[in-house]
Amino acid sequence: MPTKIALPKGRLLRKTAALLQKADWGLDEYHSKLSFYHPKSQKFPELGIKVLHERDIPIQVAVGNYDLGICSLDWLEELMVKYPSSALVRVNTLPYGRYGLYVVASRSQAVSTVEEVKALPGKVRIASEYPNLAESFALKNRLGWFSIFPVWGAAEGYPPENAELALVSARTAAEIAGWGMVPVSKVLDSNACLIANRNSWESSDLGEVVRSIGTLASIAGEPVPAQETAVPMAPGPRSIPEVTDESVRLALPDGHQQQPTVKLLDRAGIRLDDYPSETGNRRPSINVDGVSVKVIRPQDMPLQVANGNFDLAITGRDWLAEHLYQFPSSPVNKLLDLGFGKVRMVAVVSQQLAVDDAIGLRKLSGQWAVQLRIASEYIHIADKYARDKHLGRYRVIPTWGATEAFLPEDADVLIENTETGRTIARHNLKIIDTIFESTACLIGNTGTAMNTIKRQRIDTIVERLRTATEEA
Amino acid sequence: MKIQRCKGTRDLSSAEMQVFRFIEGVFRDCCLGRGFEEIRTPTIEYLNLFTSAGTLTPGMLSKVYSFLDWDGWSGERVVLRPDGTIPVARLYTERLAERGFARLFYVTNIFIFDETGKKNRERWQGGVELIGKGSPLVDTELISLALEVLGKLGLEDLELRLSHAGLLKALLAGLGLGPDEQTRLLDLILDGDAAALDGLKAESRELGGALLPLLNLKGQSPGFLKNLKALAADNFPEIGPHLDDFMKTVSFLEAVGCNYQIDLASGAGFEYYTGVVFQFFRGGEQIGGGGRYDDLVRSMGGDDVPASGFALYLDRLMALVRPEAVVPAAAGKVFIRVQSGEAEIIREAYSVADCLRQQGYTAEIDLGGREPADLRWYLDVGGKDALFTVQDKLTRRFFPAENAGEVIALLEEKGADKDSLA
Repeated sequence: MPTKIALPKGRLLRKTAALLQKADWGLDEYHSKLSFYHPKSQKFPELGIKVLHERDIPIQVAVGNYDLGICSLDWLEELMVKYPSSALVRVNTLPYGRYGLYVVASRSQAVSTVEEVKALPGKVRIASEYPNLAESFALKNRLGWFSIFPVWGAAEGYPPENAELALVSARTAAEIAGWGMVPVSKVLDSNACLIANRNSWESSDLGEVVRSIGTLASIAGEPVPAQETAVPMAPGPRSIPEVTDESVRLALPDGHQQQPTVKLLDRAGIRLDDYPSETGNRRPSINVDGVSVKVIRPQDMPLQVANGNFDLAITGRDWLAEHLYQFPSSPVNKLLDLGFGKVRMVAVVSQQLAVDDAIGLRKLSGQWAVQLRIASEYIHIADKYARDKHLGRYRVIPTWGATEAFLPEDADVLIENTETGRTIARHNLKIIDTIFESTACLIGNTGTAMNTIKRQRIDTIVERLRTATEEA
Repeated sequence: MKIQRCKGTRDLSSAEMQVFRFIEGVFRDCCLGRGFEEIRTPTIEYLNLFTSAGTLTPGMLSKVYSFLDWDGWSGERVVLRPDGTIPVARLYTERLAERGFARLFYVTNIFIFDETGKKNRERWQGGVELIGKGSPLVDTELISLALEVLGKLGLEDLELRLSHAGLLKALLAGLGLGPDEQTRLLDLILDGDAAALDGLKAESRELGGALLPLLNLKGQSPGFLKNLKALAADNFPEIGPHLDDFMKTVSFLEAVGCNYQIDLASGAGFEYYTGVVFQFFRGGEQIGGGGRYDDLVRSMGGDDVPASGFALYLDRLMALVRPEAVVPAAAGKVFIRVQSGEAEIIREAYSVADCLRQQGYTAEIDLGGREPADLRWYLDVGGKDALFTVQDKLTRRFFPAENAGEVIALLEEKGADKDSLA
């Protein structure tokens, strides 16, 4: 069997590509405008190469879908801390992608040590993209009462109002100070690394490829960031607006939903300063009295609204459904359909597979001797789909992006959203079912009693957005 | 594709269940005989029950089965109970605190992840908790109860190892280590790392030269503890009360005729212990253990109440109990064959089966499977010659009967209530 390697998308892509180029791999398609996930190497024409989200790489290598992978150490540790028996070998360290994982608190909280955190009254909430490492930190330090909020991103935006701590990656302590935060503890020094599946490492000849990547380790990489002594203060004020019982807390999306959101708010006469922000400001100001705004990932909004961290949020119906399928008792509800950001949630298979609909998929799952593998970023939607369609023996593989890359080798079905279907067709895949249509929506927590003034403010915003949506 | 059971879990066959029920029965009888009351706590608890009091080591907490349940949107994780004692302390705090003193016992499963998949991840234990009183007499009662159970299960060559968590902690404090180092070391000892103290020797040679040997001492008499006190009490007065408590328990154990071995570093188990820690071994394998945990109820928001308890590991006991010790199911089994499909005959068959069961027989109606090979007594219902015919397979004789009363009288006359094997 030819050797298989998984290469990272995202923040490690550019440097990995540059270094593989230096090692004469001659890759045909591995750059930042990547549209295809199966590059070929002139130097190793037999090598099976796949580009995956770097968070997926340790998992995919551990389960044996790939012999080798390049990823960053933090995602490796995130897996190993929870699943120490994963079949992985860390082969060597590559000279780039250096940053630290820090547990941080907001400067306004006046905590800078673990002991001070332990002395905080009540529950310690930790927001992080690294929930396993965050839990390990809490257990090792014997935090008595804690809860971990797994987030898709923007964890540094959560303290102090929405979490006591965040576990985040940062290149330097100055970067942390720039967010208005202080480091409480450094959990890990991360860098890019080459990993191998343990069985492949013990039984296959990976020599040539490993040697070639091994030379990368000796090529001078980026300098190790010097240990800073003085931490510069944050550039410019990042004041935390005071929140009272009467204030309305609104969450707005980062990423590609920002432009249509601004348009809608504009029509409703709502103006924001510094949104979208070029400097990564997550707390833009707003021209509506008694309203504070925070910018977070749309994926994380339903959970945050459920927990009372926000009163209103603009997210997608897809993420609301994902949340409600996981937590049917959640008090979050859709208040308003905003009309934009229309996508279809679809079930997708490889064009080579002789299946055209869900019934065909069910028949197939009955015939196969192995489980049907369903890959998705929406694991609860995928799970519900499989149950509703009686797919029998299946398992859901959680992914973190670039899901199209999983078919056909690493999964049989994708549950994915699509706007035009073009990306799906380009990857030689086909849509066999539309599960639902999703648009942007305004969500709120309908389960909590609240102050009358706040209630009125919320109603006013909902009405203004309703009118603006109807005008569009 | 054949679907298999989960890694690290086991099925119990009917033969194994017989052994399980035998052990459970002996355990329950012994507990009830001493005035303990049976309770049961839920399988699912909040994770923070186990983290909030610092009650389990980080090593153990990293192996719990925790997950977000259907209302987990608050981030509150739940766990499959990883320990029997802590939920009981919670139950006491929630519902029994007003009573003050409670003698409780339970048979329960606990869930601990084991990486290798070779050990059971679901384990059964018989646990006893005595909450509201703490004294050497209480410790003695618990140890004696555990030994009574093990004795009645027919286990011999038992080894009882004693340690004292309070003494161990005081000695570690006496070494002059920082709080972090003390915690780390205690975690290692509690997680069963026998080499933990060896490492310490190399790391801090200058510290507590007199104390380290004490941690490694082993002995078999109260005199051993007296000498220990003479050796260390002058330099480390804080260990005095713990030693006194330990000595008293040991002398009571001697008085009731228990053999024991003192081994201070054998604290493997749970960090909530504050006083005497005891462990039962057979053939080098631990089959149970327990101790005093005076801080646990308070750490759960309850009153400052002393408590102690122990658990016997049923899975391990199942492998040790000799088959002949397991009392077979009561004699008196009858296999009922219905000779006709008529509703009236079915009614008669069910009626006679009911009567037989009321008399203490096992009445098994033939449902079409294989007939039992080793059974002596058969009852045909609705045959040509009589409504009921009792058949003795051993002597190959047939006895007709008109009604259920006659059937029972016949079986009793032939001794079927005592012997049902062919």
